[in-house]
Amino acid sequence: MRLSEHIYRTISSIRGPLLFADGILAVRIGEVVRIAYPDGTVSDGEVLKIDGGTVLIQVFGETRGLDLATPLVFTDAVKKAPLSAEIIGRVFNGSFLPLDGAPMFVPERWGPVTGMPLNPTARARPEEFIETGFSAIDGLNTLVKGQKLPIFSSAGLPAREMAAGILRNSRLAGGGEFAVVFVALGLTHHDYSFYMQVLAEMKSGFVAFINRAGEPVVERLLAPRFGLAVAEYLAFTRGMDVLVLVTDMTNYCDALREVSTAREELPGRRGYPGYMYSDLASIYERAGRIKGMAGSVTMLPVVTMPEDDITHPIPDLTGYITEGQIVLSRELHQREVFPPVDVLPSLSRLMQRGIGAGHTREDHRRVANLLYKHYAKGRDLRRLEAIVGRDGMIESDRLMLDFAEAFERELVNQGGARRDIDETLDTGIALLRRFSLETS
Amino acid sequence: MTGRILGISGPTVTVDLTGLKLYDMVRVGEAGLIGEVVRLERDRAVVQVYQDTRGLAVNEPARGMDAPLTVQLGPGLLSGMFDGLQRPLERIREESGPFISGGRELFPLDRDRSWRFIPAKREGEEVAPGEILGHVEEGPFRHPIFARHAGRLARLADGACTLGEALGAMADGREISAVESWPVRKARPYRKKLSPSAPLVTGQRVIDFLFPLARGGTAIFPGGFGTGKTILEQAIAKFVDVDLVVYVGCGERGNEMAELLEEFVSLADPWSGQPLMQRTIVVVNTSNMPVAAREASIYTAVTMAEYYRDMGFHVLLLADSISRWAEALREISSSLEEMPGEEGYPTYLSSRLAGFFERAGVVETLGGQIGSLSMILSVSPPGGDFTEPVTQACLRTAGAFYMLDTSLAHRRHFPAINWFQSYSLYEREMVGHFSERVAPGWGELHRRCRELLQREETLREVAEIVGVEGLQDADRLLMKVAERVRQEFLSQNAYTEDAFSPPEQTLERIAGIVELFDRAEARLKEGALLDEVLKES
Repeated sequence: MRLSEHIYRTISSIRGPLLFADGILAVRIGEVVRIAYPDGTVSDGEVLKIDGGTVLIQVFGETRGLDLATPLVFTDAVKKAPLSAEIIGRVFNGSFLPLDGAPMFVPERWGPVTGMPLNPTARARPEEFIETGFSAIDGLNTLVKGQKLPIFSSAGLPAREMAAGILRNSRLAGGGEFAVVFVALGLTHHDYSFYMQVLAEMKSGFVAFINRAGEPVVERLLAPRFGLAVAEYLAFTRGMDVLVLVTDMTNYCDALREVSTAREELPGRRGYPGYMYSDLASIYERAGRIKGMAGSVTMLPVVTMPEDDITHPIPDLTGYITEGQIVLSRELHQREVFPPVDVLPSLSRLMQRGIGAGHTREDHRRVANLLYKHYAKGRDLRRLEAIVGRDGMIESDRLMLDFAEAFERELVNQGGARRDIDETLDTGIALLRRFSLETS
Repeated sequence: MTGRILGISGPTVTVDLTGLKLYDMVRVGEAGLIGEVVRLERDRAVVQVYQDTRGLAVNEPARGMDAPLTVQLGPGLLSGMFDGLQRPLERIREESGPFISGGRELFPLDRDRSWRFIPAKREGEEVAPGEILGHVEEGPFRHPIFARHAGRLARLADGACTLGEALGAMADGREISAVESWPVRKARPYRKKLSPSAPLVTGQRVIDFLFPLARGGTAIFPGGFGTGKTILEQAIAKFVDVDLVVYVGCGERGNEMAELLEEFVSLADPWSGQPLMQRTIVVVNTSNMPVAAREASIYTAVTMAEYYRDMGFHVLLLADSISRWAEALREISSSLEEMPGEEGYPTYLSSRLAGFFERAGVVETLGGQIGSLSMILSVSPPGGDFTEPVTQACLRTAGAFYMLDTSLAHRRHFPAINWFQSYSLYEREMVGHFSERVAPGWGELHRRCRELLQREETLREVAEIVGVEGLQDADRLLMKVAERVRQEFLSQNAYTEDAFSPPEQTLERIAGIVELFDRAEARLKEGALLDEVLKES
């Protein structure tokens, strides 16, 4: 522990969001460096690499306007997040400074921003149902407490409306205290005002971390970690059930790539760094429940698939870490189905434990399997229909085509209405009954 | 040997220690983080650190341990859960709460637990290395303790003992311990290697019947996300016909591991009726745990597996997933600024993998028993593209390839093993074995089943053009039967009773379907209409 802060004016080069400084003594990896700009503003940075006395610093603010004589203050502390129950209802920027005009709260304690890995033996198995109000999720890709379930969207699809719907309509089984942590990364002003309105209308408490499109890119690496540090605190210290909504992870990954390129690291697929999997995991894996503790962290990241491509590194690596995915379809959106969830590539890996008697309804598994099976068949036949035409198909196949159509129109599509799990399952049963598929 | 830290970059730390050997363990910083020497120069060494380096400062001390990374082998490994460095996760939780913080050192085995030692030798007897001194009862297993040195026994325990104290002593004063240290990167010795000859029954019909695996063999199953890799691995871990299973959760999801641990504690092994956990060792390094420890985790696991193999047990190592291991290797390689090969992976990826696969096999142990170590590894190719380097490197050495198919998974056909692309190099021998042991018809049914699926594929292409209606009755019958083969035989629901299918049941099921097909075909030839025939069946 140093007795005072060390101040250096030894920047040797500035490269994008990175600074190199020479002749630094006794510096730590991850140490916070305060950078006082010539115009009087202050920004934070973090030590990424040390080689003898040469230090590489990542700046979380804008590096424009910095010169080589800028003073660097080494604080001898690793970045921590201020935590307190008073945080609920507050809006911060990506550097944890209040955006809502109110003064900063007095922290009850400080928590590590990057978090520590949860011991796998301490994890409790996620199995408590969260009702989102959307049939395509509740009925066929059920979300449970402690799960991380991303929404894979594409440019122009209503992921925003869907995320808002989930925030508005989610109900927890058992009904503990519920809070939302909202992390916005690179949000346009249009989206920002939309979400803020949704949050303001919500009855449950929320905490927001907002980084807008024009704000420093590197802050996007920090904001989700602040959000999760707060979520962990609310969940495991305050016993609340926390839903973390992060939008948009694609902007996070692009920020990661930008820093990686500035560091002249070897690029991996599409220029994204080779460690992106581990880096994403350090965010996503913070969702979960702990044995013997109340509270849970459930995560709903939104990923916009570049070029609608699910094999792009961002959705690909996300899918490998998260417990399933909700995939939105452009085709359904064009046919005005809302939410436009394509249930075939969508999946909830933790669904099996969260449904059935005691969780949702006893017949849930059977109904879901039947709906899925027949819809898949119908979708398969659409390809055949495109070749031979509807008239060239046998009666039973035509029936399946109609079923697939009705499934999309009546079960997946629900407009702005909220459906509880009984309504969802009853709609499904009615559909099966109408096509006499109830028993097969 | 002590020195100072010169530089830090991610998990690699440069220290000014001299006199180290490559792959020696080094402790760095005030926190004493564990690392391994990966590069040596005249006046400095590069250390790959297994724990989070955040907070580490230059000029903090570094200390050489004069030994490579080792695991502790002894009674009590079974039902254990360890991280990639063999730290006991349960005890870490008891001592430091639900989150893992770095630093703290715990001996992997419980030193205070009392074991009953039954000696096989007496004081005064001469022993040779590898001879059995006696055994302890570890769950349902007799865990032999071997002599490590030649000489005369001066003293040997009888009855209750703990790992914290010596089991006895040799006449020359050397202590006898039930615990042995072994460097993880070095394969344990055996007398000779034999070629795999007995099948490894997994209880999965598509594997046992179409692409059987041998004890001592190796298999990979690559598949994109959502193709059911983890569920298949876990189903195999539960039902496979071996003595012991070592399960490595390598860079995968924490919630899935929680599910696995909970299930293993509550389920029973279908072969012995004992609780499943009693025959299992779990090594887990989830994706958010340090990357370098993930790289080490498969070696930690395989060394423990070899240890039990050396007692004459049949051991299966399951790893989920080897791609995460390869990515860890890539991350470390890039932080060492090595010249990258394909897709950024180091050029030694395939030789490292081959070296790892070579630790599998059937061996005659030093004690003259037959033990085997089989490996089943899952691969997670990015974008579901099998041409990527990890899948390709695995294919060069693995004995069986089970390709998990995204389109099967979308149709909820599980296990989503594609029956055209997959193969097993053990197929001929194992089919012969099953024909001998289970039923003589096995081989013929195997051939018929593959033929059915093959013909269905051809017909499906025709049907896509002319429609099913346009096919002849005999062909439509075949398609109906093939559909039953797919739905009732090849797919298996991991959440029901059907999750496990012993060979007899597997045979019965396929025999039933093929028989039905033959009958229906005969009826068609007699002039019956297809719809009638289908109704009858």
